This record gives sequence, C-alpha cells and structure tokens, in this order.
Amino acid sequence: MADDASLPLPSDAVPAEIKKSPTNAAVKLARYTLTKMAMLLIALTIGVYLTILIANMGGYVDQILKGQIREQITVGLNMDPEFRRLPAAQRNELVEQYIAVEEGRLNLDQPFMLRSFRFLFRALSLNLGRAQHMSSDSGSRDVRNIILERLPSTLLLMATANLLLFFTSVFFALYLSRNYGNILDKLVIGMSPFSAAPAWFYGIFLILLFSAVLGWLPFGGMVAAPPPEDPVKYTLSLLRHLILPVTAWMLSGFFASTYGYRTFFLIFSMEDYVELARAKGLSAREIERRYVLRPTLPNIITNFLLMLISLWQGAIILESVFNWPGLGSLIQRAIGLFDSPVIVGTTVIYAYMLVITVFLLDFIYALVDPRVRVGSGGAKL
Amino acid sequence: MSGLRRAFKDVMQFPTAVVGLLIIFTLVLLSIYTIVTIPYSEAIRLWRGGEEVWGDNPRAVPPAWTNLFRQQKLPESVVLTDESELVGKQMTAMSDGMTDVLLEYTFDYNYDAFPRDLIVFYTAKYESLAPYVAMFWVTPDGREIRLGDFTSRPSQTYRFDQDDRLMRRLRGIQPQVALFDDPEVDGEQPLRGTYTLRVEALLFEADADLDAKFVLYGQVHGLAGTDHRRRDLSVALLWGIPLALSFGLLGALGTSILSMFIAAIGVWFGGVLDELIQRITEVNMLLPTLPILIMVGTFQSRSIWAMLGWIIALSIFGGAVKGYRAIFLQVKEAPYIEAAKAYGAGNARIITLYLIPRIIPVLIPNLVNGIPGFVFLEAALAVLGLGDPVLPTWGKLINDAHSQGALYNGQYYWILQPTVLLMLTGLAFAMVGFALDRVFNPRLREV
Repeated sequence: MADDASLPLPSDAVPAEIKKSPTNAAVKLARYTLTKMAMLLIALTIGVYLTILIANMGGYVDQILKGQIREQITVGLNMDPEFRRLPAAQRNELVEQYIAVEEGRLNLDQPFMLRSFRFLFRALSLNLGRAQHMSSDSGSRDVRNIILERLPSTLLLMATANLLLFFTSVFFALYLSRNYGNILDKLVIGMSPFSAAPAWFYGIFLILLFSAVLGWLPFGGMVAAPPPEDPVKYTLSLLRHLILPVTAWMLSGFFASTYGYRTFFLIFSMEDYVELARAKGLSAREIERRYVLRPTLPNIITNFLLMLISLWQGAIILESVFNWPGLGSLIQRAIGLFDSPVIVGTTVIYAYMLVITVFLLDFIYALVDPRVRVGSGGAKL
Repeated sequence: MSGLRRAFKDVMQFPTAVVGLLIIFTLVLLSIYTIVTIPYSEAIRLWRGGEEVWGDNPRAVPPAWTNLFRQQKLPESVVLTDESELVGKQMTAMSDGMTDVLLEYTFDYNYDAFPRDLIVFYTAKYESLAPYVAMFWVTPDGREIRLGDFTSRPSQTYRFDQDDRLMRRLRGIQPQVALFDDPEVDGEQPLRGTYTLRVEALLFEADADLDAKFVLYGQVHGLAGTDHRRRDLSVALLWGIPLALSFGLLGALGTSILSMFIAAIGVWFGGVLDELIQRITEVNMLLPTLPILIMVGTFQSRSIWAMLGWIIALSIFGGAVKGYRAIFLQVKEAPYIEAAKAYGAGNARIITLYLIPRIIPVLIPNLVNGIPGFVFLEAALAVLGLGDPVLPTWGKLINDAHSQGALYNGQYYWILQPTVLLMLTGLAFAMVGFALDRVFNPRLREV
C-alpha cells in the first residue's frame, strides 16, 4: 500500500500551467490550508462554546470551579499551624471568607454570559480543572492529566482499527470492481446491511463467543494483569487484547465501506477516459492505478474522513464494552461517578480530536486534489 | 400513486427486502400486542414495582424454553398459595379455643436438577399468642423428613437453607439438594415424583389464622428468564419493541424531514441564507455528538424523549442537508418552477408543492436507512449508563447484563435476547433501505 500513497502523478491528469509555476501552486496550497484551519478553529470554538452552554444547564461549570477553589483554600489554610489551632467554628468562617474573596476575584458573581467566554478560553487552552472523584493512575487529580494518560490507548485502538479497515476495504473493493458480479461481489452486497449494527454490538457477540464460550481470548482490557515486564511479551499481550475490538470494528464497517468503494470504482470505471485507456491497450493494473484510483482519491479521502468522524464517537462505546482503558471508558466511568469536570473535559478533547483529524485529512486532500492547487472549484469539504 | 406502487413492486424483487418487511411487520404486530396487553402503567409497575411484584421469581435464570435443548431438564418455579387447588387446608377446633391447622402443599417434580431455593412465607393473624408451626417434608418414596418448627410472627419467612438445625440433620448437605436427592442412586440426582410439604400449626386464639405461601425457586423461568433483581425479562423485551421502533422512526423522520426543509429553504432563497446553512452544516459535522449527548444525559435529563429531541436537533444540519441541497439546486432550474413563478406562486407554495415532492425518492431510502442508526444509538446510550430512568428498553437490558457480568457468569440468554432483537430490527430496516436505495437511485441500479 506504500506505493499507492506515493503514486506518481499521471502527467496527463495535471494541467500544464502547474508545472510552469510551482510557487504559485504552493501559495495556493498554503492559502487553502490557512482558510481550512481558520474554518476549523471557528468550528472548534463554536463546538466548545456549545459544550459549555450545555454543561452549564445545571450550573455545573460553576460547580467545577467552586469545588476547585474550595479545595485549594482548605488545603492552603491547613498548611498553616496557626490556623489549625483555631476552634472549628472560626476555622470554617475563615475558610468561607477566603472562598468568598477568591470567588469574587474570579468574577463568579458576574452574569453567566460574561463568564461563559472566560470558560471558553480556559477550555480552548485545555485548562480543564480538577476532577471531583477520579484521579489518574499516577495520582493526579488534574483533568488534563487524567485525559492525556488515556489518550494513547484510544489512539492505538483507533489507528489500528481504522487503518486496517480502510486499506482492506479499499483493496477488496478494487478486487470486486475488477471481478464485478462474481460470488464474492454478491456476498459483499448481501452482507452490507449488516453494517447497520455498530462495532460495540458485534463486540458483545465476539466476547460471548471467543471469551465466554471458547475461552480463547481475553474478555477485555489492554494487557494481561499484571502487565508482563518483558517488552516482547507485553506487545504480544497487547496484540492479543487488540484482536477482538479490532475484529468488531471490521465486522461493523467492512461490508458497507467495501460496498461503497466498489460502487464508486464501478461508476468511475464507466467514464469515457477509462474506455479510451482500455482501447489504447493499457494493462488492467495500469488502468486501475492511473485512471480509476487516482481520480477517485480525493473522494476516497472524503469518505474516509466522514467515516473517521462517525467512528471517533463509536469508539466511546466500543471501549466501554471491551474495558479498553481509553477515553471512552473514562467517560463511562465519569458518568457512573457523576464527575462533571471529567465529562466536560473529555467532550472538549473529543472536539479537538475531531478538528485535528479533519485538518490532517483536509491537508492530504489538498495534496492529492489538483483542483485545490489550480484554484478552480475547490474542495467540497 | 402508481409510481409508489411500481416502486413497491420493484422493492419486492429483492428477497432480502421481503424478509426485512416481514420482520418489520412482525415487530409492529408484536408492539401493538404489547401495548394492548401490558399497558404503559402496568409495564412500569412490572419493571419498577418492587419485591412484591417479582419476589417469587428465581434470580437470574434462563428462559423455560431452553429446557428443549437440554438433556438435563432444569426445574421451573413452583409457587403454591392457599388458593391453589394443590393445597389442602384443614382446620380442626380443639378444646380451650385452640385450633389445629393442617396445610398440605403437593406438587410434581420431574426434573434432572435441584431447585435454587426453598422458602415458605407465613402470614399469621393473632392478638397476643403467636401460633406454633412445625413442618414436614414427604418424598415420593414415602420418607418423611422433619423440617423446622418455630413460633410464627405476623409475617415470617422460613428459608430452608438458613435453618441450621435442619442442615445438621441433613449432615450439612444443602436442603434443596438433600430433600430431593434419590437415596438409591450414588451421587446427587433428584428423585422424580410427587412431593408434599406438610405444615402443622397450632393456633391458640379463637379467631387466629395462619396462611402460608410455598415457593420453590426453579432454575428456568417464563418466556425470557429473569435478571439479577428477579424481574421477568419478557416485560422489557416486549416493551423494548414499540420503544425501539418509535424511537428509530421518530428520529429518522424528524431528522430527514427537517433537513429536507432546511436544504429546500436554503436553495430557494439562496444568498446569505444558503451560505449560512452551509457553514452551520460544516460546523455541525465537527461537533462531538455522542459526548454532547452524554453531557445532556448526565446534566439534564435521561428520558429517551428528551434525548431524541437533542439527537434530532444535533443532526438536522448533518450531511443529509448537503445531499438534498445538490438535488434541489438541479430541481430549482427546472422549467416547471419557472412556470410556477410565472403564475405567481409564493415562496412557501413553491417549496412545499414544487421542490419537496421531487426529493421524496431520495428521502425514503435515506429515512429507512436512518432508522437502525437511531435504534442502536438509544441502545448505545443505555449501555453507557444513560438509559431512560423509567422505561424498560433493550439497551438497558444489555447494560444491566453487562454490568452484572452476565457474560462472565455464563448467563448468555440475558444478553443474547435483547441483542438478537436489536440485530433483527436493525437488519430488517437496513435490508429494506438497501433495496429502496437501489430502486430509487438509478445510478446504483446499473452496478
């Protein structure tokens, strides 16, 4: 698949003026990228602001902040030996006084509309506050630390599952479009409604079959407990734990996306220029690479992008079903413990992840779609 | 109309679509049956009533029909109250106002496994002198085993396996095993036949009375088994059907019709409005929908109808708007729109009577294809612990089963029943939607 990523640009597909002025193309690319980035930043800001508005429906954002202030002040005052000698009533009074001053300093007495913009800035700068009940494995109560600790496992699962799904389905779709109408093709068409069920749903069946009944694979988690010391064994254990969630992902996504790509390739291979290439006597492989795959690449990337966006969120439930120690199971535990700072923080992180994903893919899109560099039309997404 | 009939005929060409339609039809019939036989309030009572509603059910046992696939038949529950024909009650008056009560509970036991539990619930009516109760167990081969004896309180529960003296008499073997064990056979095997529980009580007051309910907790129960709180799963499975169908249908209908209107209005009025709608769509696609729903569920309301409202609100500006917009842009240029404008049709009239009807062929497959997504979304929210607090849904069953470790404990029925129903529902709509897509979308029909 490496050679497909670095497909040589077919000379006849690129209009001549680009070659004359590579700087012009670079400027256009840069302008496109900057516009996209600005758009995405606006989207991110709106998304996070909406999150804050929803979270504040019960005054929860205030609660996050107030809890934080209370803890800081109580801990701070308790460090003082003078304070500890005071009678309890006086101590409480002092704490309340300090809290009132601090809340005044942070403008908690201002109307929400004013403060919401301050929250927005805090959230955008990933200043997510302190958790009420949960703590990271290293013992930190900082929501950002809790989330950052979980992020790598989510990324590992997501990347493995999505890349595997993407490449297998694109290549299988190419095969099917070549052998259009054979048994495998019909099978994929017939199976595509099965993609209506999400991955977590297949996950339950897989756990039932392979863990509960057959006992071949673990019920969930990321590595065996206790984690093996030896890095090789650790990796093997990790792979063993990856099998079921990734298979669930594939089962849920494979048929529909293969069917989608296959139909797409078929429609494109009916174009006249493909007929012409065939008439010229080019080999089937050549036609596929230069005349079918190359022009559909931007659309494939858009498809992949849309899939990623919806699947990012599917991962939340997949992780909680498989007990995968990522963001998804974090948010599930936070729901159980009613830990509002963690829930809000995870939502903000999800908003960031979506935007970053879209940006990266948009950039790749710009690289492969000649229209962006020429400046006509422009990308759809 | 004839167009729709032709489309229906075309859809019937797909065998999968026929299967899908049959499944949907069955589900609709089942939901009507459910709503008629178990009204809403009754369903809530059965699902959230408390111990008195489900106290006689065994805890977390598979459905009774699983016995068909077992060589070793598991016992079903036996519940015998005074009203039952199998119970004989004799009251004999004795001297000095005392009454002798004889209660006999007779039942057949033809299973290959032992019961889960044996309990007798007594209710005694007296002023000051409590009745004295003694219990005896008569096996099919005529052995008589003395159980406990005690002075009954107004409401007394006798659990066989918590009677230490009985346990000692049975040499430490659990009563539910020892009382049914066949002495002729080595190892533990229940003796088949008719058993009798005899309760002899002495009432010390003239108008005192004693009633008792004997419950033998089986290892299978009813049509769908029970959960960890002894609730009958069939209530939730049946009520899950109308809930899932209405949730899916309302969600898909609301989303597609609203996005259709938005796209139509944007295209028709064009300019800034269209531009604004497109930008909102782009931003909306980047919103983390599920985390936002999770926040709504945690902070605002877990009611599935509130959730449905939020889901629709978050998805009306979804990708569908782009698709509809592309079609409306073409339709807008059609000569008949020009004609409508010429005879002076207003904006609202053109949008509703000229633009929107043209999109129905695209809308219908989209709508049907959208239903499974909503059905599974509801289940997903429930699995995350954000199920409706009152209504029994399939997702909540899966969540219960998952959090109670049903898979680890081998209680597969508990998780399989709701998942298979979910799968059937999702698959049925997806199969019909797939066929509709190919019928209404000529470009797909060729390939």
